[in-house]
Amino acid sequence: MPATPNNVPEPSRTDPALIRNFCIIAHIDHGKSTLADRMLQLTGVVEQRQMRAQYLDRMDIERERGITIKSQAVRLPWAPTHDKNNTHILNMIDTPGHVDFTYEVSRSLAACEGTILLVDAAQGIEAQTLANLYLAMENDLTIIPVLNKIDLPAAQPEKFAEELANLVGCDPDDVLRVSAKTGVGVDALLDRAVRDIPAPVGVKDAPARAMIFDSVYDSYRGVVTYVRVIDGQLNKRERIRMMSTGATHELLEIGTNSPEMLAADGLGVGEVGYLITGVKDVRQSKVGDTVTSQAKGATEALGGYKDPKPMVFSGLYPLDGSDYPELREALDKLQLNDAALVYEPETSAALGFGFRVGFLGLLHLDVIRERLEREFGLDLIATAPNVVYRVVMEDRTEHVVTNPSEFPEGKISEVYEPVVRATILAPTEFIGSIMELCQTRRGTLLGMDYLSEDRVEIRYTLPLAEIVFDFFDQLKSKTRGYASLDYEPTGEQTSSLVKVDILLHGDKVDAFSAITHKDAAYAYGVRLVAKLRELIPRQAFEVPIQAAIGSRVIARETIRAIRKDVLAKCYGGDISRKRKLLEKQKEGKKRMKMVGSVEVPQEAFIAVLSSDDGAGSAKGKK
Amino acid sequence: MPYRCGTMGDMPSALPDGEPVPDDGALPAQALTGAADRPLGFYLHVPYCATRCGYCDFNTYTATELRGTGGVLASRDNYADTLIDEVRLARKVLGDDPREVRTVFVGGGTPTLLAADDLVRMLGAIRDEFGLAADAEVTTEANPESVDPSYLATLRAGGYNRISFGMQSARQHVLRVLDRTHTPGRPEACVAEARAAGFEHVNLDLIYGTPGESDDDWRASLEAALGAGPDHVSAYALIVEEGTQLARRIRRGEIPMTDDDVHADRYLIADEVMTAAGYDWYEVSNWATSPSARCLHNELYWRGADWWGAGPGAHSHVGGVRWWNVKHPGAYAAALAGGRSPGAGRELLSEEDRRVERILLELRLREGVPLDLLRPEGLRASRRARSDGLLEQEPYDAGRAVLTLRGRLLADAVVRDLVD
Repeated sequence: MPATPNNVPEPSRTDPALIRNFCIIAHIDHGKSTLADRMLQLTGVVEQRQMRAQYLDRMDIERERGITIKSQAVRLPWAPTHDKNNTHILNMIDTPGHVDFTYEVSRSLAACEGTILLVDAAQGIEAQTLANLYLAMENDLTIIPVLNKIDLPAAQPEKFAEELANLVGCDPDDVLRVSAKTGVGVDALLDRAVRDIPAPVGVKDAPARAMIFDSVYDSYRGVVTYVRVIDGQLNKRERIRMMSTGATHELLEIGTNSPEMLAADGLGVGEVGYLITGVKDVRQSKVGDTVTSQAKGATEALGGYKDPKPMVFSGLYPLDGSDYPELREALDKLQLNDAALVYEPETSAALGFGFRVGFLGLLHLDVIRERLEREFGLDLIATAPNVVYRVVMEDRTEHVVTNPSEFPEGKISEVYEPVVRATILAPTEFIGSIMELCQTRRGTLLGMDYLSEDRVEIRYTLPLAEIVFDFFDQLKSKTRGYASLDYEPTGEQTSSLVKVDILLHGDKVDAFSAITHKDAAYAYGVRLVAKLRELIPRQAFEVPIQAAIGSRVIARETIRAIRKDVLAKCYGGDISRKRKLLEKQKEGKKRMKMVGSVEVPQEAFIAVLSSDDGAGSAKGKK
Repeated sequence: MPYRCGTMGDMPSALPDGEPVPDDGALPAQALTGAADRPLGFYLHVPYCATRCGYCDFNTYTATELRGTGGVLASRDNYADTLIDEVRLARKVLGDDPREVRTVFVGGGTPTLLAADDLVRMLGAIRDEFGLAADAEVTTEANPESVDPSYLATLRAGGYNRISFGMQSARQHVLRVLDRTHTPGRPEACVAEARAAGFEHVNLDLIYGTPGESDDDWRASLEAALGAGPDHVSAYALIVEEGTQLARRIRRGEIPMTDDDVHADRYLIADEVMTAAGYDWYEVSNWATSPSARCLHNELYWRGADWWGAGPGAHSHVGGVRWWNVKHPGAYAAALAGGRSPGAGRELLSEEDRRVERILLELRLREGVPLDLLRPEGLRASRRARSDGLLEQEPYDAGRAVLTLRGRLLADAVVRDLVD
């Protein structure tokens, strides 16, 4: 294994001409983390015996699901084969791969001059990769197309090299072929990065300007902020200023990752590294913000900063009401590390005290929910995810609805819902079923392009609400798992939307209220009412279950009153058992939620709100 | 709970968990405080049956000989002697408790598979060790096919004054589903034979809701039973217990499961027919022609009195201590042969346990539960139950929670609310 080269330039004293900043764009499972692992080994920054798979993925969930949620940056020294005496510095920025994190991806791209487009040689490019490739192209990054997994028997490097060459606009022979698993071709890839990616250009003597592309909470060190220096220099122990908020902080530590944190004297033009200021909350150190020196700082921030905007909302409630304080604490902790996570307390008549939580998208929702359950040991009920609606009344007052139960009553003029531009890549044989699905989900076809003879890119405008509602599962099942999906918000549209309420024994169950297109309302009502009839046990009285739009009932079922709930006999030997059974039943009763006078088992809420109803459909999403 | 051949004893198949019983069976001292104010009864379990019924999950055995640990043989022939050993152990454990025995109840299994003399000897042991009250109620369960006039006469002469026959149904096809071997008409004849032998009190047990039984079948059974003139009838909903032959047959789809609503309808029919014939309910599943025809022994259970249950798997209760014997007749016989208590485990009831048990047992009785037994939450629930028509108005105003007819069918639900 190669040792770290000699005369490695030190941070703050590195000639920008020797720096190459790049990221890797890849679909999940296409081997990005494995490639990163090989690079760590090949450049000698991680010793063989310390190597573990997917070294850079810190969270358990990332490693388990094979997805990267938070990006990382590593400083790699590399003496290229064609220029052995000049050790270069490669800064590899690991980007999140999922559509929910597009904004973070865009900030990571903005920190780079080049990108490695990594594609599985047996699968070809996928929708999210394509979306990120377009982003990279918009950012004028140099693109190095690479086919991975060429060691696989199913690999078709010729075919997919052609596809990549078409997309990137290069010769198929320029597409590199590697096996991240065996390491074949990785050194050539590093050489190519040095050769092709432009060195960063910045003004050395200007006031310091560094862009934050990631911000991570560490329980020992507080917030660790990852930056790319554009102009000037940041030095240790100086005071820095966040340009969006004006807040100033003492720079407690500055350094680089290789891959563990290593303190340095500073960071100069083009360099990538971390800052520690002692702040405890990532919202004080926002991705996209510009960092400058407090003294003689820059006056103009770098462009491109946006506040993350939640697109999908869900109510999260502890299964056991007494866990509410723990849930609040857990959300507070997660928010330290996730500037995009927003929440506020919410009370549901059916579910008790909980939070309405806003997410960037379904994967974000899923990851947060899983972390709450796994890392904090909470049992949660999550209401079906919904999007944000803007309701304009006839008197021109406006309501922003993040919870269906808050949908206003009265005379509504228009309802606006968010729409997205969805890109679907799939084998051509599925065009028919994909279009059929998009059509039933109120989609409008934007266009269609053949990537190759048998693969097609289909673009649709779709209401986000339709995607949130089990769209991805449907797409997967209709294409036998071959389709990939990406979407980006493009605005809003007016639609004929109505709120469907579910009434139990005449009482509205807020957790089951949903906003649907008026044509889908009836089906939703019938389905939910039938499902509840199965799930709610018979009560001492007859319980009508109704679905209603306003005061108009659109579906109804009845749970007959229970007529017998008594054991036939109770003699001497039965008494202990009977008392213990009673204690058990009392426990069971505690797990019932009272909706008006109706006892509803929590399982009913979970069953209705989860699985085929949208929440949880993001599981395994790719 | 399952319904069981024989019926009225106290022998579910599974034993609860509890703390161990000391070898000498000694009770904590507090169990006997105030004992003089409580009646004492004996339950004697006979764990043998000629055949096992398809719906039965009780502690009963069809083999006549069962081998226990250390080679002790528990056989039907020496069973009475083994049981008498436990009666003597009871005498030691209860020490100088001066109480005479008010009730004796022999259940099973099928007690009448033992020789009539054996049953008489078992009762004799109780009389010898404790003394029987002059007006003691002495019952045995009996299988209609295993008694005849001379058997009955022997029992009567030996001190038995109440007998309970397992009739179940007057319909052959219903009896067949239950694996009952007696012929229709035989139980009714038994009532006459028992009366002739001088039994003052006679009970018939019925089961309703057997798969394949119709409302008319059930009415016919009730009318046949009442026509025979017992002074007491017990009617139980058939419960299909896991692990029984009947449960397997239902699971395989050979016979249909009876719906709870059908059980409710049959119960209403039972109460209507029996009330019209002059039998009043005094417990959810029990009807009698007069207060003196009620089963005193069962009332001991329902009113938290003391009873000693002798025999394998039998439960006992003395002064807030409840214990139960080892289940297997072989292990039971071996314990007694070794001079040890056959107790397998026991529990000491807390004040709250006893309060809860009083509510769950007494609510099933016609006299109901005194409202002052309820806590504020339970009291609120009782008012709701009252306004929902589950509790009677008049007794409620007088301070007692008494179930209405509809309330009886929902007794367990009411109990769950009242114990809060």
